[in-house]
Amino acid sequence: MTLVNWLLQGGQEILGILLAPLLMGWVGIWRAWLQNRQAPPLIQPYRQLFKLFHKEVVIAETASPLLRVTPYLLFGCMGLTASLIPMVITDLPLAGAVDVIALVGLLSLARVFLALAAMDVGTAFGSLGARREMLVSFLAEPALLMVFFTVASLNASTSLRFMVTGFAARGFYLYPSLAFAGVAFLMVLLAENGRIPVDNPETHLELTMIHEAMILEYSGRHLALIEWANALKLLIYFSLGFALFLPFGLTDSLQGWEILRALILFLLKLTVMGAGLAVLETISAKQRLFRVPEYLGTAFLLAVLAILLHYLLGS
Amino acid sequence: MTTSMPLVRTLSGVVPAWQETVSREDLRTLCLTQKERGARLVSLWGSDEGEENFDLHLALAVQGGLRWLRVPLPPHDPSYPALDDVFANANRLQRATHDLLGLLAQGAAEGRPWLRHGAWPVDRFPLRKGEDGQAYPLLEQEPYPFVTVSGQGVHEIPVGPVHAGIIEPGHFRFSVVGERVLRLDTQLGYTHKGIEKRAESLAPTELIHLAGRVSGDSTVAGAWATAQAVESILGRQVPERAEWLRALWLERERLVNHLGDLGYLCNDVGLSAGFSLFWALKETALRTHESLVGHRYLYDQILLGGVAQGLTVRDCQSLQAECATLEREVHRLQDLLQEHAGVQDRYLNTGRVTPELAARLGLVGLAGRASAQAWDLRVSCPTVPYAQAEVRMATRAQGDVAARVAVRFDEVFESLRLIRYFIEHLPSGPSLWDAFPPLRAGVGVGWVEGWRGEVFVALELGAQGQVRRWHPEDVSMSNWPILEHAVQGNIVPDFPLINKSFNLSYSGQDG
Repeated sequence: MTLVNWLLQGGQEILGILLAPLLMGWVGIWRAWLQNRQAPPLIQPYRQLFKLFHKEVVIAETASPLLRVTPYLLFGCMGLTASLIPMVITDLPLAGAVDVIALVGLLSLARVFLALAAMDVGTAFGSLGARREMLVSFLAEPALLMVFFTVASLNASTSLRFMVTGFAARGFYLYPSLAFAGVAFLMVLLAENGRIPVDNPETHLELTMIHEAMILEYSGRHLALIEWANALKLLIYFSLGFALFLPFGLTDSLQGWEILRALILFLLKLTVMGAGLAVLETISAKQRLFRVPEYLGTAFLLAVLAILLHYLLGS
Repeated sequence: MTTSMPLVRTLSGVVPAWQETVSREDLRTLCLTQKERGARLVSLWGSDEGEENFDLHLALAVQGGLRWLRVPLPPHDPSYPALDDVFANANRLQRATHDLLGLLAQGAAEGRPWLRHGAWPVDRFPLRKGEDGQAYPLLEQEPYPFVTVSGQGVHEIPVGPVHAGIIEPGHFRFSVVGERVLRLDTQLGYTHKGIEKRAESLAPTELIHLAGRVSGDSTVAGAWATAQAVESILGRQVPERAEWLRALWLERERLVNHLGDLGYLCNDVGLSAGFSLFWALKETALRTHESLVGHRYLYDQILLGGVAQGLTVRDCQSLQAECATLEREVHRLQDLLQEHAGVQDRYLNTGRVTPELAARLGLVGLAGRASAQAWDLRVSCPTVPYAQAEVRMATRAQGDVAARVAVRFDEVFESLRLIRYFIEHLPSGPSLWDAFPPLRAGVGVGWVEGWRGEVFVALELGAQGQVRRWHPEDVSMSNWPILEHAVQGNIVPDFPLINKSFNLSYSGQDG
């Protein structure tokens, strides 16, 4: 590990954090276009964050320190997770530090704190949201793990770095098991990021909310951090998807132009997939909450099928 | 019928209505026999006759028309036998009448206040003649005794009166186990404006404008019903062209509101594209209104003795052309919704009101027709242009959100057909009285099928022709309680969808 590696590691971290609101803005633009609405400018999420950072924080009298700590913890978790995923180059000092199981754990940590903080004030909506969030995530998590295991089995490693380089070393192959795992991953991505068909990020109907219900008590910089962490989470899931299923373009060389090419490819993938997410959200309706277990059950089943296929067909 | 042989008087005007005086002792028996014959309570209200004398009034929908019962109550004893066990919708009407006028329903199942909200003292009744209609000094907020449910794992979710969206205020108290709703208790009355008190001593011409503001989305229906009542008292018909134009505006109002609701019903299942497509259509129609009559929601188009604007030939042509476009677009959107599995999954079997329940609780209007309650004033008691146009009533028996959506679609197409029919057969002539008939005292009713359901108006003019008592009743008053039944057994996140499928008026019920 050289200084250059660490610099690149830091660069990716900053890139991820700065890029995340842009991705949100991009998805928002596409959603607006697809709904025949005039789209907000691409930088709208930054303006939103700027506005929130300049607003006063109002905290309920009944709140404990948990409520204040959670936004920072959440942002920290997401920031750390973002640095563990190879986005542009694989040869990062931290990419080999943890495996995918620890990654799922990090995401869970953030979620548990968010859910606890939601119940902290004691409002009906907070606990309602927390309850629903746990319902969704405890079903989504095993599906996500199974997806990881499928890819891990293909590369005989649970380290993201080796998963990516494993694919790269073998060249282009079509793996049927990956197709199933990919669909399962997409379903989990939608559920975990509170997108339609599981949750509606744009809704004003408090009784239907999941994620939004949990953060109703937040304001000012706390809310800004949560929104930002949320954007970061979407970016993390996208990058995870790219690393697992579209690993082409990632580079392990440290040459300037190689990195530039990988970066452009990464941005290109985000551009296409961000628009794709908006299309997916536009054509589907939000499910009834009690359909969500079926939906995530299907995701889990697909992931299990993927892993079975892998062992049946051999790699 | 009764021992004292009541005086039955046929009221003049376009609504087939009879007024009769019934003694307090005979009231219950009469109501019970009427109920057996299929009568339905449309409205219940009271009036201050001066010197501690009060009358109770009931409007019953019977075969072929409307029976208005006037029940004089003995002086210093403003009470009457409760009727909420006969007509389910009497419950809130009785409570509202008590809050406003102090008439007590003896033996009623519920004694909670309904409209008062601690805004005036318990022993003051703002609709009495002695009260001046001014605001009362602010009182301490009094707690509303909500119905509680106990048991293991039961908890309450309070929602409102301030909501996250820009909608009217109302408080909903859910008792739930997990996500399942065991019981919903509603508290309305947050938009009580004292509009009935405001109407007192107004001139009838002014009253029409006020009537259009009871519930903003039903301005044509409210104003038309009130105009019917005044015209019935004055005993003079309006020009035929005016009646046709009124019906035209009523259908436009129905069209616009249905389009808006269908959009909302898409939005509530997360299909934002459907929302914007429906609202684009609604916006087109609203802009047409603005260019034709100068108001997007057709405020003040209905005047005493006619309508504000007679349409030109060019106006008619543009309306015709718009109908064709709307019909094509709405058909496309209907296909889109029907073939969308995700949307259908949300709509089907959600918020179901069975026909039996609907009949027992007296569900009427659009929601009633979705639960096989075949009652549409345009068909059941058609007035001038509707009788010729032969309206086809839209009904469904499922009683779920899907049925209410389907009825809305049917009614959109029927309204489009009616608009075309009205324009094609529009009689020529004046569209407003040229001179005003002399004002006089009397009583009259108005009864119009608005887009939500019937809008009823009872009116009494004093000796100089000024308003003595004006009581408008939106169908929302009768239908709100049924929402509480519709959500039972459903899950909490489906409530907004169910609520929107009824889309009842807060302002209309709060008065």
